[in-house]
This record gives sequence, C-alpha cells and structure tokens, in this order.
Amino acid sequence: MSLTLEHVSRSVDNQRWIVDASLSFEPGSFNVLLGRTLSGKTSLMRLMAGLDRPDQGRVLMNGEDVTGRPVRQRNVSMVYQQFINYPTLSVFENIASPLRQARMNEQEIRQKVHQTAQMLRIEPFLQRLPLELSGGQQQRTAMARALVKDAELILFDEPLVNLDYKLREELRQEMRALFASRHCIAVYATTEPNEALALGGTTTILHEGCIVQSGATAQVYHQPRTVLAAELFSEPPINLIDGRISGNEVSFAGAVHFAMNADLRRIGDGEYRFGVRPSHISLVPSNDDDLELAVLVELAEISGSETFLHVRNEHFRIILHLPGVHEYHVDTPIRVFIPTHKLFVFDSAGQLVQAPGAREARIA
Amino acid sequence: MAEIRLQHLAHSYTRNPGSVDDYALRELEHVWAQGGAYALLGPSGCGKSTLLNIISGLLSPSHGQVLFDGKVVNELSPQARNIAQVFQFPVVYDTMSVFDNLAFPLRNQGLDEARVRSKVAEIAEVLDLGATLNKKARNLSADEKQKVSMGRGLVRDDVSAILFDEPLTVIDPHLKWKLRRKLKQIHEQFNITMIYVTHDQLEASTFADKIAVMYAGQIVQFGTPRELFERPRHTFVGYFIGSPGMNLIDVQAQPGGVGFAGVHLPLPEVVQAYLASTPATRLQVGIRPEFVQLREAPFDDAHQARVVDVEDLGTYRILTLALDGVALKVRLGEDRVIPQGQAWISFPAQWLMLYADDVLVEAGP
Repeated sequence: MSLTLEHVSRSVDNQRWIVDASLSFEPGSFNVLLGRTLSGKTSLMRLMAGLDRPDQGRVLMNGEDVTGRPVRQRNVSMVYQQFINYPTLSVFENIASPLRQARMNEQEIRQKVHQTAQMLRIEPFLQRLPLELSGGQQQRTAMARALVKDAELILFDEPLVNLDYKLREELRQEMRALFASRHCIAVYATTEPNEALALGGTTTILHEGCIVQSGATAQVYHQPRTVLAAELFSEPPINLIDGRISGNEVSFAGAVHFAMNADLRRIGDGEYRFGVRPSHISLVPSNDDDLELAVLVELAEISGSETFLHVRNEHFRIILHLPGVHEYHVDTPIRVFIPTHKLFVFDSAGQLVQAPGAREARIA
Repeated sequence: MAEIRLQHLAHSYTRNPGSVDDYALRELEHVWAQGGAYALLGPSGCGKSTLLNIISGLLSPSHGQVLFDGKVVNELSPQARNIAQVFQFPVVYDTMSVFDNLAFPLRNQGLDEARVRSKVAEIAEVLDLGATLNKKARNLSADEKQKVSMGRGLVRDDVSAILFDEPLTVIDPHLKWKLRRKLKQIHEQFNITMIYVTHDQLEASTFADKIAVMYAGQIVQFGTPRELFERPRHTFVGYFIGSPGMNLIDVQAQPGGVGFAGVHLPLPEVVQAYLASTPATRLQVGIRPEFVQLREAPFDDAHQARVVDVEDLGTYRILTLALDGVALKVRLGEDRVIPQGQAWISFPAQWLMLYADDVLVEAGP
C-alpha cells in the first residue's frame, strides 16, 4: 500500500500547524520525520492516521481518497512516547487486543501473539502485567500490539525517547531488522538527527509546520538543499562561518584567508556561508588543503567513546566531533584543521551552492 | 573542604540481611580526595542514589563508616557535615531576589552585611548571574535557577563538598553544554570536592576527572574517562561506556591462548599461566568496535568474517560482522570503503582484553 499527502494544511486557533505538505511513501518503506519539538511531526502523523482532518488537501491510500475517513475505518497502528498499555490486562492480552477486536479465532491469536512476542523478545513475560516489566519491556509490549495486526500504516511518535541510551541503541537496531521483512509503511518521528541516520530509509525534515526537505536519508544528509536543512540534520550542530570568495581566495570573517581548491573555483565571487561538519575537523593535519586555526578549548564533552570539543578564537566558535577520548582543561590553546574540500557552500539566501564531493575513497 | 573516606561501607534496607542480594550497597572502600571532581555513574537501580544519600547524611549506613577528614560523621546531618546539594529540580526561594537567595546561607551564619555583599557579588560574577541579582528568583529560566542553587553552595567558605544529583535534567538541550562548561570552570577555580551523580556517560565524563562506575551495588571501576574507554576493568564498564559498547565474546582456554568456534587468539605467557590456574568459570575476550582492524582482503593472520549489517551514521558506519557465527561490531570511518559480503579482521593485542568472571585479567606484573 502507498500513502500520499497532497498539499495538506491544518490550522488550529489561527495557528498554522501544518503548511502545504506534500509527501509520498512507498509500500514497505521506513520513513523518518525529523524535527525539533513543536515542528509539526505529531500533527502530520495525526493527519496520516485520520485522527485529525486537514483543512485543505487530500490524503490518499493506494490512490484512493481517504481524507474524511476516520481512524477506526483505516488499518493503522500507533506507538507513542509514553508506554501505553492496558494496566489490568496481561502482556499476552495487551498484544492480543487488536486481534480480539477483529474477532480472530483463538488458535490464530495464540500463534500470532507468540510469534510477535518472540520477535520483540518479551515471550517470557506474556503472563505478567505491564507494570511488572521494565520500561524497555513495556515499550516492547506497546510495539508488539502495533505490529501484531498487520496494519498497513504504523506510526511511531518518538517511541524511544523515554528509554536510556543503551536500550535505545538495542531497540533502534531491532526496528531495522523488524521492518526489513514487512510490507507496511512505517513512519517514525524523532528529534534526533543521529536516530534518523541509524534508522535509514527516507527522511523528511520538518520545521514550523513546513517540509524543509524529503528524500533518501543518506542523500538528505549529504546534500542538504538549504542552510536550514543542514542545521536541522546535524548533531552536534554543523559549523557555519560567514565568508567571501574573491579571485582565487576565500576569506573567513575577514580574518583568515586561504587559497581555493578545485571544488570552490567553480563558484563566483561574492558573500557566502560556509558549513563544515563537526566530524570533519581534526586535531592533526590530514590533507594538503587543510585550513589551520589557533583556538582555545571552551569545553571537552566526552561521551564514553567520543568527544565533542567546543573551541573558539576571536572570530569563530567551532565544534569538533572526535572519535576516542580527548581530555582538555578549559581554555587550553590548541590548533584545529579544517579540510577545505569538505566545506558546504550556501548563498546569502541560504540555498546550497555546493556540497563537498566525495573524493576517491581511501583506505587508512 | 574535605577528603571523604568510605570504610567497610555497606548498606542494606532489610533489617537482617542474609545473602549479597539483600544489599543495595556491597562492602566497599573508597576515598574521594579533597578538591577532586568526581562522578558516580551507573544505570538506575545500581545503588548510586543510596551511596549519595549516605555521603550527604540523608541516610545512615547499616555497616561501616563515612569519614570527613578522618572524623566519623555517620550520625551527622547534612547541615552538620556542611554538605551543599544541587538536585534535579532547582531549589530556590521563589519570592526572594537572586541576591537574597545567594545571601541566605551567609546571613544564617551571621556574617556582616559588607562581607555578604562582596561574597555574593563574587559568586554572581563567576556564575554570570550579575545582571539578575535584583530579579525575583521565580522569574528566572530553569538554567539560571539551577545556577542559583549552585551559587548557594559556593558562597559558603566552610562547605566541605558539593553533591550534584542529575543537575541538568530539566535544562534545555542546547543550554546543557554551557552549564557543563560553567561547572568545570567552577571546579577549576574553587578548591572544593565535587561529586556528580548521573546515569549519563556524557555528563559524567565531561565533568569528572575520575569516574566511579557502579553496577549491582558495587564500584566496578574508578578511573579517568580515558581509562574507562581504553581499559575497562569490568565487562559492565565495557558494555556501558561507549556507543555501541565493547564486543564481548565467550571463549575457552586453549594451549597458547583462548578460542571460540574455529578462532584461536594467542595471549601473552603471563596470561596463559594465569589461565592454567584460575578457578574462574567464565572467560570472555573484549575489544571495542573502534579498535578492530578491518580490511577488504586477507592480511597477516586476519580472520575472515561475513558482513551482516551496515549502519550508516553519516560520518562513520557501524558494521555488524559474523565471525564463525559470533556477532561483532566494528566502527568504520567515512572515507573507508565498505567491504561487500566478506571482510578480514584482526584484534591488535594492545586492545584485546581478557575477562575472568567479568573482571579484567591484567597482563602486567
């Protein structure tokens, strides 16, 4: 089954929650909605499910207009942030509830519940009550209920946000495996760019109710069409530096000058915003076109196996994302190296002029 | 200012504890040196809140002693211990101004108003609260309120330690790093023992010079962020620190080293000698995804593995491999070619750890 939104809009109390959204999801696809809090992710999902009706535009399922059709008459499942289960029913009955509603026979119910519970690794807990389980197991129960009934459309509204990061890591990977073999459309809302990347499939970036960009996840990440898309799809935030190109030279903040490489030579003179991803900046020179900057360490944030290094000098504030553990005292002077062939270039209106071309792959 | 020493410390919430399972804290010896920046890191239920409450004086331990600068303080209240605490939710006097909030502990001590004024001004400057001194505390943002809570601990000259209990929970994500920086600066400026309790590896490793990792009522490692990453002394530390965590594989002792399925891993002679005599029932090797060597073609004594899954995280990838049926994760940089179907991997001796009953077997003397 396919799902299409055509110029869908919705306002509440004169506030525009969703503005002219057009999207199309293929059968069997996994689709991420990425956006900050209040960007419209939940509102858009409610329109997809039929929980709300758009003021304008149409919703099509398999080409058929279902715009006014209520959620009960659609084959849709939803999983929420909060672990929502029936507290007085056993885990088995929680998972079985959509099948009982559909009046499936007992033997088939038993088989489907066990199969789904096994997939989500909660089979040993089928006789317990949800509140006797850990948070991760409670959310697995809610997911099992959504998956058991072969819905055509499954909507996940930040389902992992209330779990600790180790559980998130595990469940995220299971999700990919779970959906690899299914034919339904999955839509998954998240505020975290790294979660979108980990889940793969397609990504639609939302901001203030508008679709900023939509496409295959890797493509949206590597070819953001605007500064906004690059900013929203980067964690830690992409570094943005104002600069100008004139002749054969690029200057940043009127203070740092460097010769243009072949990629940048195609761009005309003028004012631009340059973007560089935190993971592309290093502490040691690695390319002949590196731009060297002297900076002070503002803070080294260490996340177990990686380090987010905040640095600054009188002109710039930059974040580096480094693999491994790097311990620094606040205000230590260091040098950082920006590979100029990894620069994104945006024009003054914020439109992408150039994305870094993938150089020939190298083996380190 | 104080050194905090925990001696034969254990705690059980049951009256007559029998087995180790009855203990929220199993017996431990530990020293927090005067002036250190420490973190207490662990998942929920590991015992870190119990330990924090025992240090602060909210809870009296069922076994052992808490010593501040050599004096037993088991029966002393938090006030008597001069402990300042910063909780998840900022504790401020809403109707008082920021100035009066910061002055409160000093006026309680009967300090003269001129001293109060200079002390408050000094702390307000350190915390960037200067512009808010005349505002009512209820009009502050969450991060400003949390800074006021901290400031009330810092103004006192006699504070022996500041304890932080998940202090950034209610702070907006984009402001968190600024507050982390502030905390670090404050620690470097003031010579005060600080202990920061959290379940978040980023908070712990960013703040602390040394981290105590807690698991099942025990401190399983006390080390720098680098030590926790490079030489986890317990399998739990390997698993909990890092995303993804350490690869841990069950192995059997073999002549010259250890092995699993059809794979043999040679180990140094000291470790072999240890293996010959150990009563341990479970042996595991551990290696971090960052340290596995991977190439597309055979090399040296590399093992052939099957590529099962590739998770593309934009600027790096996490590969899942099957090595003789055993799953293994490998981190691969953006510029590296992703091997198709097969890959060859090896485990550099420097990064290959051996664990006996979950504890690191040290190769050195």
